[in-house]
Amino acid sequence: MSNHDNRKLQSRPAIEKYLDVSFFWAAKIFALAIAGVLIWITIQVAIAATPAISEFGLGFIVTSSWNPVTKEYGVLPAIYGTLVSSFIALLISVPIGLGVAIFLSEDYLSPKIQRTIVFLVELLAAVPSVVYGLWGIFVLIPFLKNITPLRGPGMLPAALILSVMILPTIAAISRDAISNVPIDLRQAAVGLGATRWEAILQIILPAASSGIIGGIMLALGRALGETMAVTMLIGNANKVNPSVFAPSNTISSLLANQFAEASGLQVGALMYAALILFAVTLLVNVLAQVLVVRLQKI
Amino acid sequence: MTLEFSQNNLDYSFNPASLKRNPSSPRTLFGLIMTGIAGLFTILAIIPLLIILVYLLGKGISSLSLDVFRELPPPPLVEGGGFGNAILGTVIMVGIGAALSVPIGVMAAIYLSEFSKGKLADWIRFATNVLSGVPSIIIGVFAYTVVVLTTKTYSAWAGGFALAILMLPIIVRTTDEALKLVPQEVRQASIGVGANDYQTVLQVVLPAAIPAIITGVTLAVARAAGETAPLLFTALFTQFWPNWDNLLVEPTASLAVLVYNFAIVPFQNQQELAWAAAFILVLLVLLTSIISRIATAKRTY
Repeated sequence: MSNHDNRKLQSRPAIEKYLDVSFFWAAKIFALAIAGVLIWITIQVAIAATPAISEFGLGFIVTSSWNPVTKEYGVLPAIYGTLVSSFIALLISVPIGLGVAIFLSEDYLSPKIQRTIVFLVELLAAVPSVVYGLWGIFVLIPFLKNITPLRGPGMLPAALILSVMILPTIAAISRDAISNVPIDLRQAAVGLGATRWEAILQIILPAASSGIIGGIMLALGRALGETMAVTMLIGNANKVNPSVFAPSNTISSLLANQFAEASGLQVGALMYAALILFAVTLLVNVLAQVLVVRLQKI
Repeated sequence: MTLEFSQNNLDYSFNPASLKRNPSSPRTLFGLIMTGIAGLFTILAIIPLLIILVYLLGKGISSLSLDVFRELPPPPLVEGGGFGNAILGTVIMVGIGAALSVPIGVMAAIYLSEFSKGKLADWIRFATNVLSGVPSIIIGVFAYTVVVLTTKTYSAWAGGFALAILMLPIIVRTTDEALKLVPQEVRQASIGVGANDYQTVLQVVLPAAIPAIITGVTLAVARAAGETAPLLFTALFTQFWPNWDNLLVEPTASLAVLVYNFAIVPFQNQQELAWAAAFILVLLVLLTSIISRIATAKRTY
């Protein structure tokens, strides 16, 4: 390739220039495709939901019947179930996740044990949802039946499993947020006479709060959209019932249960429900990302 | 004189004992209690994982046999059988997903870390993160409208398409991180000896980042293999082997959907297979997580 006798500088062959430019554009187009997929999903689901939107309007959200025979559809029970199950899950996993994050960002344990525990908590997030569901059916529900008024699948086991599934998200992101707090703040607090926990509660947690809230929002997004474990444990009863021991329903479990056998307007109604779920999780995720990105810039 | 004055008015005598930690002071007790609670929560967080692993080991291994890998799912109450077709189906669909998402994801990451500065890259990273938060069931619905409705049949292709979209953000993110770890000097050296941008990326930067990229792809594959919701109404399920003569345009079995289907039936032989399949899925996740941990632990260039 290189000719040592020829000391003159040569311009690159045209083909190399074309290759260079086309490689750049190929990379750019694929990168834009990622954002494109997000827009494509929105458009597809919205189009598929249009017949049901024009048929039911906003009344869909406050109607509680789901009757393919009379062609009446509404998602109030599913929305109720989605919100309540996610709320209970957060109620359990936020304090525990924060506890884990604090415990693992302090110097209680040797770094080796700390890393092992971090790894185990991460593994919790990697176990497939359907395996949690299987375990819930054969172990958790029989166990809960013995100690609570639960009679079978219901809101409680679904929410408990959800809390296990979202715990790693809260713990991992809160831990990042806490360890991103500049050490000067802790030193200043301790220098002024604060004990370890006074520094944590009054200085470090407030400083890390935007990241922690971002992590909680991400976990909420995951809880709202979680499908398999919830579908297997919640009992799939399409009515609003305030008891946590009663079977309930979520938007995602409605979709998982009915989609394959649905036809006609029922598909449209399911698409409408999917669009609502997509819109809500998108909103939660965008807010979470904004908070977490702000954390990274500190 | 001033010294005398202060001694007369104020007691500057200092009791060193007051510096000692007082174990019964409310502040110390509060700290101890909070430490106890945090430690307790940490133990509480790991317990579910341990319990699930114990059950999977106990129930999964006892249901495993060689037949499980070669035979077809049995009808209710018939002993024996296996899920060879589901393993093959999962391999096929995850393969389709990887074939679609790896080139796109790696190229997108190359753009993000090598070619772009500023706003556009920030927006694309943002979109990647948001995409990874889209519920998997919505991706199933999307794949249904895009592939199943147009081809008018459930197929391994529809399932693979849905899995590709799930894998895409994981691959973009890990490749982006991997490329960022390659030191800037390597690129400068490459340009310095006269390489083009694409030569620098393909022959110098990418090879340096390959181990980390492969780790990311493995994680994405393990995650996709366990995904059930996107396959429920794209690939559906079948009791039979994949038929290559149909070019896979037919319902296709998968391990994850098998676990779901066999977990919710009252037949013990099928439930046992569900545990065995769950064991294989978790083993896959466990192995890839450990391998990726070892691989990323020594990430120096």
